[in-house]
Amino acid sequence: MKRWGFVLWEIMLIYLPIAEISTNAFTLLAVGGGVGLLSGMFGVGGGFLITPLLFFIGIPPAVAVATGANLVVASSISGVLAHLRRKTVDLKMGTVLLAGGLLGSTAGIWLFTLLNSLGQVDLFVQLAYVLFLGIIGILMLQESLRALYRSSRPNAVRRKLHKHTWVHALPLKIKFRVSGLYISVIPPLMIGVTVGVLSAVMGVGGGFIMVPAMIYMLGMPTKVVVGTSLFQIIFVTAYTTVAHAVTSHSVDVMLAFFLIIGGVFGAQIGTQVGLRLKAEQLRILLALVVLAVCIKVALDLLIQPSEVYSIRIPGRH
Amino acid sequence: MSLTANFSGSEILIFGAIRRDAYEFMVEHPDFVAPFDVVVVIEGPRHPAVIWRKERRAGIWVNVDSVTLASVPSFYAVATTQPLHEIVSPETDAIHRISARQAIRPEQSISDVTDQTVFSEALLRINERAEQYLSLDRFVHLEREILFRARVQLPANLTEGAYTTRMYLMRDGDVVSEFRTAIFVRKDGIERWLHQLAYDQPLLYGLLALLIALTAGWGASALFRLVRNA
Repeated sequence: MKRWGFVLWEIMLIYLPIAEISTNAFTLLAVGGGVGLLSGMFGVGGGFLITPLLFFIGIPPAVAVATGANLVVASSISGVLAHLRRKTVDLKMGTVLLAGGLLGSTAGIWLFTLLNSLGQVDLFVQLAYVLFLGIIGILMLQESLRALYRSSRPNAVRRKLHKHTWVHALPLKIKFRVSGLYISVIPPLMIGVTVGVLSAVMGVGGGFIMVPAMIYMLGMPTKVVVGTSLFQIIFVTAYTTVAHAVTSHSVDVMLAFFLIIGGVFGAQIGTQVGLRLKAEQLRILLALVVLAVCIKVALDLLIQPSEVYSIRIPGRH
Repeated sequence: MSLTANFSGSEILIFGAIRRDAYEFMVEHPDFVAPFDVVVVIEGPRHPAVIWRKERRAGIWVNVDSVTLASVPSFYAVATTQPLHEIVSPETDAIHRISARQAIRPEQSISDVTDQTVFSEALLRINERAEQYLSLDRFVHLEREILFRARVQLPANLTEGAYTTRMYLMRDGDVVSEFRTAIFVRKDGIERWLHQLAYDQPLLYGLLALLIALTAGWGASALFRLVRNA
């Protein structure tokens, strides 16, 4: 029995052509499945979890980021199609966000290539993850604890959603009919650029930043927010994937394939599990997962590595 | 002396024979007491390498110093009949560049650090641990003192290209005879095809990555919808 397990393990050993390491298909299916489970449960893309998990299993950070962007394409396609069918996409707003996203992604790719030539891309990506996961985790934990507190005190005052802010004072206003907005194109462009940069240097879709920004900064109605952000994300991450493939040859199709398969199954189970849990509990759980990953990435930077030397072959990962 | 090297997909097989007259010469000379030894060196395609050293800066470990070696082998194996240091003198090693330490040409480094040797030592150490550089003592098998063979396993992440194979016939720490040949090593299977495509046709490869992601992502959820509705 034990022997057969070993044989199976050996058979499932696959070679990743771009990461240039051998790894086990079960590990990849488990990572993909785990993140898929979480993304199904919480309704998040999961890009910000899968890339650091790939660092942990020894995938070079540059490959983890570029492949991460490719995975976001796979995990958003069915959502995009569903929202387009339901007409819950503001195409005009999506196009403005997309224009910014392509600009941001191009800048991010340039930054990535520069850091790669300086030998600092790994450090930069890890620091970016510590920062972002830390901020998101703390905000999420704070928000969900507050929600838990609020639900126990029903007569507490709710924050006003729509406010007249600096966003409405900017020039170049255009009408976004689907969202029912008449605002300047500058804020959505800026949001698009930010998300584009993140997709290139972190391999994420950026929904975790874009969705709150669309609601609170632009004042978009919530029913079109998810569809519109997915519309932007799929095009920006598709562009980022191809740009990484062309500039740094860092997209690993084999790695992506196994993660996608695991992810799709995980997401299906996750959605079912998510329906049975309370929203506040879910959010606390997700916040804790995010913080745990953040701490692990941070520790890898803080603790003295067993080997302080490393070899880089120019043009490889 | 003759030498044949074959690549079998994952390992290199080396066969050789020492010419009969050389053998007879050795028999005819009774002063020839030391048996000869064989050293086989396999060297993968060369490329430049940058060795980075991390130091603690503001609490975190950061790449600070680097040394660039102009040309190091991607793979290096030294297979011998006896431990290398017993059959090859340091001088011979330096002249013929037999051991990996000689093959990485540490003297051709570009850097502004003063302790360059620790960097080249690190390169050797890391490559040995990663099984890219191998010391295969007693891996060459001699038969009847005239035939020899060796088998060297290549790593999965091998670099494709010409692998030079050198063979040295050693006696008393000196090279009696030397022979070299080259074989072309290539990966096989889908991994090779993907690697090739990624580097030769990156745009096409990028589009392929998208196509796979879109079909897998869409196909799988369509499948689940079908299963649930059935």
